[in-house]
Amino acid sequence: MKTSRKLVPLAVLLLVAAFSGSVIALRGAEAARGSRATIEDVLYLPSPQAVKRLSLGYSGLLADIYWTRAVQYFGQKHLADEMNYNLLYPLLDITTDLDPHLLISYEFGSIFLSQPPPAGAGQPDKAVALLEKGIRANPDEWKLYFSLGFVNYMDRKDYKAAFLAFQRGSQTSHAHPWLKVMAATMAQRANETAMAFEIWKFLDDTTQDKLIKENAEQHMTAIVVDRTIMELERRITIYTQRTGHPPASWFDLGRESLLSGVPLDPTEKPYKLMPGGTVEVADPNSLPFITKGLPPGWRKSTKPRPSESNEQN
Amino acid sequence: MISRLSAITFNTFREAVRDRVLYNLIIFALLLVATAPLFSQISLGIEKLILVNAGLSAISIFGIIIAIFIGIGLVSKEIEKKTLYTILSRPVRRWEFIAGKYFGLLMTLVVNAFFMTAGFYLALLIVSRGLAMDDARLLIAIYFIILEFFIVTAVTLLFSSFSTPIFAAIFAFALFAIGTFSEDLHNFASLAHGVTKWLATGAAYLVPNFATLNVISQVAHSESISAKLVLFNTVYALLYSLTAVVIAIVIFGRRNLK
Amino acid sequence: MPALEILGLSKNYPVGFWRKTLKPALHPLHLTVNEGETFGFLGPNGAGKTTTLKLLMGIIFPSSGSARILERDFHDPELRKEVGFLPEQPYFYDYLSAPELLDYYARLSGVPEVERRRRIPALLERVGLSDVGKKQLRKFSKGMLQRVGIAQAIVHDPRLIFFDEPMSGLDPIGRREVRELIQGLKDEGKTIFLTTHILSDAESLCDRVAIIHQGELRGIGVVEDLKSKSADKNEVVWHGAHALGAVSTLVSDHHVTGDTVRAVVSGGDTDSLLEKLRQQGARIVSLIPLHGTLEDYFVEQTSGGAQAQAPRTQEVKA
Repeated sequence: MKTSRKLVPLAVLLLVAAFSGSVIALRGAEAARGSRATIEDVLYLPSPQAVKRLSLGYSGLLADIYWTRAVQYFGQKHLADEMNYNLLYPLLDITTDLDPHLLISYEFGSIFLSQPPPAGAGQPDKAVALLEKGIRANPDEWKLYFSLGFVNYMDRKDYKAAFLAFQRGSQTSHAHPWLKVMAATMAQRANETAMAFEIWKFLDDTTQDKLIKENAEQHMTAIVVDRTIMELERRITIYTQRTGHPPASWFDLGRESLLSGVPLDPTEKPYKLMPGGTVEVADPNSLPFITKGLPPGWRKSTKPRPSESNEQN
Repeated sequence: MISRLSAITFNTFREAVRDRVLYNLIIFALLLVATAPLFSQISLGIEKLILVNAGLSAISIFGIIIAIFIGIGLVSKEIEKKTLYTILSRPVRRWEFIAGKYFGLLMTLVVNAFFMTAGFYLALLIVSRGLAMDDARLLIAIYFIILEFFIVTAVTLLFSSFSTPIFAAIFAFALFAIGTFSEDLHNFASLAHGVTKWLATGAAYLVPNFATLNVISQVAHSESISAKLVLFNTVYALLYSLTAVVIAIVIFGRRNLK
Repeated sequence: MPALEILGLSKNYPVGFWRKTLKPALHPLHLTVNEGETFGFLGPNGAGKTTTLKLLMGIIFPSSGSARILERDFHDPELRKEVGFLPEQPYFYDYLSAPELLDYYARLSGVPEVERRRRIPALLERVGLSDVGKKQLRKFSKGMLQRVGIAQAIVHDPRLIFFDEPMSGLDPIGRREVRELIQGLKDEGKTIFLTTHILSDAESLCDRVAIIHQGELRGIGVVEDLKSKSADKNEVVWHGAHALGAVSTLVSDHHVTGDTVRAVVSGGDTDSLLEKLRQQGARIVSLIPLHGTLEDYFVEQTSGGAQAQAPRTQEVKA
């Protein structure tokens, strides 16, 4: 009977569509009962347990799919200079529930959950929570301890916690030898920029993720700029003390053997010598994360949005 | 007996191969494996992970879909079309008929999995630029997937022996879905008390445990699989399937066929 | 030696909402078919013919009774090597070709490979399908399918063959071909048990017939005997129309042409009629027995409900 042959796959398809639709509708109803729920929330984020059930045992594959979503989500927001990364943690949470051994997602979370917007979500506590979940599932992975120490150091300024994390990490079976060094250094010279630079460099060397690498290098550059500006301003002070007035140009310093040539920032642009004896960078927009050399009252200008912009909130 | 059994087995296999529906599904599966390298656009270093997850999941999912799709009609189609009359009027025992159908569908699934595995290893070769020793571990995952087929086919055959195709499909799929989170059932049973505890425990063991047969995540992360697990899974799958097929034989053996 | 002995087989189906009431599809049936016979099992649609065959083939299970086929218990699977079956309006695996189907069935019936290779082409030729090649059965016409059906029923050279409505749905040419095939099997000495509701086929092929109605056996016997039993009428022609008045109660259906009367009289009343006509001085021209048909007997047995006639289990002998 030709009719019934065609009907069975149609019926199965209908069944699947109806079932999925009812799941989405249910989540929508639950979300609607809570605080303002966006379409995004409803479609992308059922609870981790629900997703795990729906995965029917194929959680590894679904984890990869959610990981992809998390990266895309972050990338989109980052490109548009968004200040709001609300869904990043839930997406990473689901990803790591589906595959607790997907180490890259913990690393990603540690960097981009903890950094303040617009570079990241500005939720270092959530980053710590994610990492501790990761450590419970992978107690022998040194990278996770490093990430934990990193977040505690960089964004929470909790040097003791950072030290403990690095120390625990140095005791794992295949620990990178630098972890021991970092633990020791942390105990002594926690808030020196040299320490920070070391940590960013370490991250840059050991990560395999494009975005993380880019981020680390930007931070390293910023520390170099900060250091350079501090040094330049120190030499300007010496000049002022010697001559009784601030230098008018870099060559003035050169004449006093305090400098040779015009100092260039890592983007190959010259530092600007300001009348008050301070140093500023030529284009602050090209050097994210610097804390020195910014013109007073300078705010990061928003990049022009693409012409077909849609509301992203 | 062997001659009759193998005749029915091969005929069932031949029917599945000549059924054009099968080819659509295989194409779907191959497409999926082919798109996996695209994931590398997103993150470096985990291409292989994604390929293994996607490839093995595809082999499993599509095999199970085929098992259910063909399995639901194994018996009911023959009754509906009355082809069964000319079979039973011959020296064929009813149990030989059921067993032959079972092995025929199983053979179809194994051959299908074989071709998909070949394609999968080819994709792996391309993505990893070569195969490593522990890529052989992936074969264990595939072996377990075939054990899953043993169970799904047996269960679907059981439902097909007494109900219509649509209901058999619903029951089989539902049993599969519940089977994937049978661990939760066990957890629930351990927390419950009294009658609920007995019912939950019974249900937890009655439902096929697919969680134990799914090691895709583990092999994707290059974890080793213990020989003990291989042994226990094999015994479990064989015994569970045997039980389901025997029940199917008993039901079918006593049935007045219309 | 009896090829088939049906010993009180019966089948009841539970009906009704609670499945409490039993509806009998077949009352306990007793029937014997001898080896070499061609036996017709007749009855209107729904009489229980197919039910009987399904019981014998083990497709459904009896509510009571049993049977012996070729001296073995009817559920013994080994005996099926000697038995062939063509169900009504059969359907075969439509993805197979005719040779593939026959090979499969022959294999299931235990025919060794050498034999199969030898027999199947000859068999296809015999049923008129020698030029179908690898064509899949889904492309066969109804007549061709019926011929495949007959082929699969005899591919293993059985001693006893069951045909369920072998002519159903065929055009006159198809029916003749099937009739010839069955005749051929009969000539080979096979025992044939066929069900049909087409009486002319039964008349031409069968040695003995049984009539079944509403699940009960109504009559059984050699065809000729049954025909004459139901007929039992004579046609009498005489000169002497004046005598008609005296015999009008004895005759049915009379025609008068001039002085000649033609009338029909029942067998039992024939002697009294002749006597009366002689007394009246009429001159008898002819006395001719009228040929009964099986149809008459059939209609007689199947008209009315269960009360019409007591079921006959004894053979009718002329």
